[in-house]
Amino acid sequence: MAQTIAVIDYGMGNLRSVAKAVEHVAAVTDRVLVTDDPDQILSADRVVFPGQGAARDCMAAISDHHLNQAILDAAERKPFLGICMGLQVLMAFSEENGGTELLKLLPGTVRHFDRNIADNGQRLKIPHMGWNRVHHAADHPLWRDIQHDSRFYFVHSYFVAPQDHKIIAATTDYGITFTSAVAKENLFAVQFHPEKSARDGLTLLRNFAQWNP
Amino acid sequence: MLAKRIIPCLDVDNGRVVKGVKFVDIRDAGDPVEVARRYDREGADEITFLDITASSDNRETIVHVVEQVASEVFIPLTVGGGIRTVDDVRRMLNAGADKVGINTAAVFNPEFVREAAERFGSQCIVVAIDAKRVSSDGEPLRWEVFTHGGRKSAGLDAIEWAKKMADYGAGEILLTSMDRDGTKIGFDLELTRAISRAVPIPVIASGGVGNLDHLVAGVKEGEADAVLAASIFHFARYSVGEAKQYMAEQGIEVRS
Repeated sequence: MAQTIAVIDYGMGNLRSVAKAVEHVAAVTDRVLVTDDPDQILSADRVVFPGQGAARDCMAAISDHHLNQAILDAAERKPFLGICMGLQVLMAFSEENGGTELLKLLPGTVRHFDRNIADNGQRLKIPHMGWNRVHHAADHPLWRDIQHDSRFYFVHSYFVAPQDHKIIAATTDYGITFTSAVAKENLFAVQFHPEKSARDGLTLLRNFAQWNP
Repeated sequence: MLAKRIIPCLDVDNGRVVKGVKFVDIRDAGDPVEVARRYDREGADEITFLDITASSDNRETIVHVVEQVASEVFIPLTVGGGIRTVDDVRRMLNAGADKVGINTAAVFNPEFVREAAERFGSQCIVVAIDAKRVSSDGEPLRWEVFTHGGRKSAGLDAIEWAKKMADYGAGEILLTSMDRDGTKIGFDLELTRAISRAVPIPVIASGGVGNLDHLVAGVKEGEADAVLAASIFHFARYSVGEAKQYMAEQGIEVRS
């Protein structure tokens, strides 16, 4: 079945890699559409919501593109994949930029890694940058063919702390244990970058392209 | 835990890989896309392209290289060489690069680093530092930042410079020892450790790798977060996979 996968473009970050990776795993009949048009987002079959940069800039860009409602509607109704800032802005509030109100789809906050985090006495660098293990907290169709504790590529200084622990789909250890993926009905969102995580990342994107929640 | 990264580096001149990459099983060792694909298959954690194209007329060629590689290789890509303006950064990111390396332009205009980090986020700004030992024997160790391929001192203390670049928003430091670059006798471990301890951001060690023990030492003694090497991988002397296996045997966490 031909389908349209919309990649939301609101001017934050490298959408080309996300779109390229989705195109790479999508069926030949699928249409991958990079768009900032709320109507196109709402008429797409699936939506990928990427993002990089600071929380305040992301929220401003979403608002400048009049995308708040389209993002919330899509996240409630159709297969929806948030990536990096596309996970963080779904929460209620971020510590970043002296405190930033977010989209409030998921109760909980976005917090900065403690500047003094350490592992075995060695101070850990921030941003958390590189390949780290993702522990599946629950079975999920998007984990199909991906081994528990596989490594994915991360680059971030803030992490989400959801209020409802039932939505935690994965955790990762970096001095502390933080939530690296959340799942709720038709919504899945990850802190890492599947589009930059080699084979396992592509598998996750392929699983998303075929997911029927 | 976070894995230590292994990053092969390719010099690209006019869209072609130079410094003689030699793989028996690659049809066109000068094709950056083929070489990148090969490193990806071997398990490279990232790939760095250094554009050494001298003529600014031919700078567009690296954009096409990045576009092609980014359509096929799904690991982080860094591009350095000739990045001088916010427009240069944007062009590389739009082509599919995840990070850009800023070197000389940072020395001449530190505000450029701040501006680029604010515009595009620290995660994509790598400041490349070419450092050379300037202390005499017996003196406390001291390194300065050099430009023009290690010929001219910028008159900046390398440790202070690295701290300043982190403050200005660099997301990572690519540290090359100009004393060791091309020597194959190993990283300048004191330099690497001094910088790594001085900044809160990740440090990539570069310059001097001749064997796998050098990579191990870069992480264990140099306290680097990632190691970058060119020639040991290009000539298929070691594959990236062999390097990772060896590092894992020495107790270093790597992505297998």
